[in-house]
Amino acid sequence: MNASLSPPKKLRVATTSLAGCFGCHMSFLDIDERLLKLLDLIEFDRSPLTDIKHCGPCDLGFIEGGLCNAENVHVLREFRAHCKILVAVGACAINGGLPAQRNHLDLRDVLEEVYQTEAGLSHGGIPNDPELPLPLNKVHPIHEVVKIDYFLPGCPPSADAIWKFLTDLLAGRTPTLGHGLLHYD
Amino acid sequence: MSDTEMIDAVVDRHHGDGTRLMQILRETQEQLGWLSPATLTRIAQAIAWPRAWVEGTADFYSFFHTRPMGRYRVLWSDNITDRMLGSTDLMQAMCKKLWLEPGRVSEDGLVSVDTTSCTGMCDQGPAVLVNYQAITRMTPSRVAEMVGLIRGETPVADWPAEWFAVDDNIRRKDMLLAHDLVPGQALGAALERGGDRMLAEIKDARLRGRGGAGFGTGQKWEACRNAPGHGAGAAHYVVCNADEGEPGTFKDRVLLTSYADLVFEGMSIAGLVVGARKGMLYLRGEYRYLLEALESALATRRAANLLGSNILGSAFEFDIEIHLGAGAYICGEESALIESLEGKPGRPRIRPPFPVTRGYLDQPTTVNNVETLAASCLIAAHGSEWYAQHGTEKSTGSKLLSVSGDCERPGIYEYPYGVTVRQVLEDCGASDCQAVQISGPSGICVAEGEFDRRIAFEDIPTAGAFMVFDETRDMFEVARNFAHFFAHESCGFCTPCRVGTTLVRNLMDKIARQHGSPYDIDELFKLHRLMQGASHCGLGNSACNPIFDTLNKFRPAYERRLMSLDYEPAFDLDAALSQARQMTGRDDAGAHLQNEAET
Amino acid sequence: MKTSKSEVSVQANAREARVKADRPAETKANNIFQLDGEDVPFTPGQTIMQAATANGTYIPHLCWHPDFSAHGSCKLCTVKVNGHFGSSCTIEAQPGMEVENRTMELDDKRRTLLQMLFVEGNHFCPSCEKSGNCTLQATAYELNMMSPHFDMFYPDRPVDASHPDILLDFNRCIMCALCVAASRDVDGKNIFAMGGRGLLGRRVHISSESGKLADTDFAATDRAASICPVGVILPKRKGFAIPIGQRTYDLAPISRQVKKATP
Repeated sequence: MNASLSPPKKLRVATTSLAGCFGCHMSFLDIDERLLKLLDLIEFDRSPLTDIKHCGPCDLGFIEGGLCNAENVHVLREFRAHCKILVAVGACAINGGLPAQRNHLDLRDVLEEVYQTEAGLSHGGIPNDPELPLPLNKVHPIHEVVKIDYFLPGCPPSADAIWKFLTDLLAGRTPTLGHGLLHYD
Repeated sequence: MSDTEMIDAVVDRHHGDGTRLMQILRETQEQLGWLSPATLTRIAQAIAWPRAWVEGTADFYSFFHTRPMGRYRVLWSDNITDRMLGSTDLMQAMCKKLWLEPGRVSEDGLVSVDTTSCTGMCDQGPAVLVNYQAITRMTPSRVAEMVGLIRGETPVADWPAEWFAVDDNIRRKDMLLAHDLVPGQALGAALERGGDRMLAEIKDARLRGRGGAGFGTGQKWEACRNAPGHGAGAAHYVVCNADEGEPGTFKDRVLLTSYADLVFEGMSIAGLVVGARKGMLYLRGEYRYLLEALESALATRRAANLLGSNILGSAFEFDIEIHLGAGAYICGEESALIESLEGKPGRPRIRPPFPVTRGYLDQPTTVNNVETLAASCLIAAHGSEWYAQHGTEKSTGSKLLSVSGDCERPGIYEYPYGVTVRQVLEDCGASDCQAVQISGPSGICVAEGEFDRRIAFEDIPTAGAFMVFDETRDMFEVARNFAHFFAHESCGFCTPCRVGTTLVRNLMDKIARQHGSPYDIDELFKLHRLMQGASHCGLGNSACNPIFDTLNKFRPAYERRLMSLDYEPAFDLDAALSQARQMTGRDDAGAHLQNEAET
Repeated sequence: MKTSKSEVSVQANAREARVKADRPAETKANNIFQLDGEDVPFTPGQTIMQAATANGTYIPHLCWHPDFSAHGSCKLCTVKVNGHFGSSCTIEAQPGMEVENRTMELDDKRRTLLQMLFVEGNHFCPSCEKSGNCTLQATAYELNMMSPHFDMFYPDRPVDASHPDILLDFNRCIMCALCVAASRDVDGKNIFAMGGRGLLGRRVHISSESGKLADTDFAATDRAASICPVGVILPKRKGFAIPIGQRTYDLAPISRQVKKATP
């Protein structure tokens, strides 16, 4: 009896940006004063907002951006391992987006062009520091590597779309966006 | 002769008629090696068609090349039965000896080696086509010798004649193959009866189409006969569908080799019934080697007054042309075949209208299978009563089966309809059989518990393929071979088939690489459900049949390949870093990704 | 909640009025079929799609256009006619037909078909001038497509910027062949033709030896220049002209903008 009367436990939420531009995170901040309402319901784990470096056990994970390098894959897997629900947020997470427009080019040509032949560079060669993550041959959306539970499209999704999505999810409803909120651009 | 003069001569031979574009393209390519942009422009001008139409046809068919493909083009038949006879290793050995990658043309423009869909030599494989001439029974020593001949640039015409031998391998004859008719006998009987009564005989005999679908031949002929011609070119047409492309089927090849008179006579009887003066035999490109013999059989019939005008002294006028296809399975679908006859890409039409009312050149057209037409001769000569005594209630007459795979005596078996799968297996000497693929990839996979089922429209209808797999065979690999076949042969017209066949192929490859999960199997079922209802034609509708059948009957063959029960990445993660590793020279732990998740 | 009798009659009257307004004089009272339970009148010879469109009822579609004969390739308009799947753009309406359209089963299939089209090409909406006015995108919104679901193909497809006034970006092509029909039937030029085979081969051919649009007599005033439902055939120097929020499908979902044939 008591358990049902006590305030519900706050949901623990992690967010990150992989091969993205943080635009989806910026759009999230655009929910403005509704953030305060949200903070009654959730608490943040790893996120650019907390600066926690590794994701712990979470109820919800939000991933912005696609996969363009090895580190993206590690982070995505860490999120999948720790988040009960994983959400792909924005065009890049969902179909590779802008970074994936390099996919019709050969990675070799891209690296050569950028680090070796482009005029005005110091011709220092292609960086090979083990600290740096290696780029993948192609950019991939995240659903090609781990199972994704929900998708929130947009470039970025609007603050209202994010709010609708979150409130549906937190209320236990299957998120739906509908006309005006569902958009790919 | 310049290229332009050569092209013009070919087009002139076809009277500048664009509907003969397939033949124009083939004959031009036979002389020039490939169809260059300038060649296509010249042909378009000569037949007064928009250039894009000509290019659209040229790049639809596998056997037309809009890029140079080498002076020797070797194509390995890639049916599962060829693979079971070792074609994969032989092709690899050939590529190695020629320093070639499959699909690529050698630097000197001499040769290319690639695969092609089943060439219809399943009982005498592994088979190849060299410059579109059929060669059977490839062996390691033939590969070595062939490489030498190619290197020495010996013309294919001078290669050992025995390589080009194609055997009939008739193992069991019944009413059709054991017929005692002489040329003209059946046609004479039909002429004596007249079209009306001949039609009635066909209907009374309850003859059904041998292409697999089993539509009533009498109904089809009647609908065509009753349909009015349209406009200035009003006419009726008979088309013989000899585009025998269903992998594992080769009975039409044998009929056309040794029973061509029966086939042509059946076409003539159909012409009499539907009121046609022209018949066309659409011969699959893989059977190019039969063209000259068939043309000469036609000439003999003309000389014997069995074709032409006043046939056998009657007022009946009828002649037959042969059109050669160019490597497109989809043209076995009757409306796609008609498109191809008209010089267009083989895209199935929207139906209705059906070809019987609006077919070739928009005129009433009956399209019948080779075997159906041959069978009609028996009915003409011996009557419907005699004919209908054979077979079963709903499947009268006999059926030719093309038996291949794991058996001692592959070849052609003719049975009255109603024969059990088990009987066929016994007769062909198949032991330890675990499954039979009947009617090809788009047909049905019959497992051991079902061997008492019967070949008949009441139970298992078939176009004739009967591929036997013994217990050593991996039924997953069988299904994967078929998935590749459909992805290659999808015409690309409708969304579900164009994209779906490739998605299915990719999923099967993923499972084969041992990167699959139960999620991927669910995806296969989902694609099956979509493609079966939403596709434009039979190809897309049946493309998942072999997957569905084997998933139901041989599921462990899939399951033992699964990587895990979890969701698995779509691609090889570590391999996806290969280019960056190469460019940076790194090989440290951070330069790799494990394909299994770390946690 | 029950519907009162008066409401029923109001609805019936409204429907009758609409039916009367759109029904050509020769339409017989029995030339009616059921579309998701609603009466739809038709004139003999009309397809289900044509009759529904005349009635203002939306059946999802991409390759069909009221001004041209049906192509029947996209299969988005797949409906169930008396329990059997079929393309509503090619099946003629018959009296008493029962047609299912916007059921969960059919919309699920349509969503999968859309996902197939999205992974087959390179559809990057944020950088596409057609965004907001694109039939593919609007149809995907209508059907609540949240992701491409399948693995992306990322095909290598050409862009042809040779023509002075028109850009061709085949990355977005959905093989609907409307440009083929418009150039053939309206412009009388036959600039385009569908060719090739299968997923990678299927393409639009341009009627010139170079394969370039500049080497044809294509003009920006051609009907084919404005027919493309996606962002393949685009006028140069006019990108992103309408602000976000005011574009065609920002204003209302595609299902509420049923376009009838050009008179």
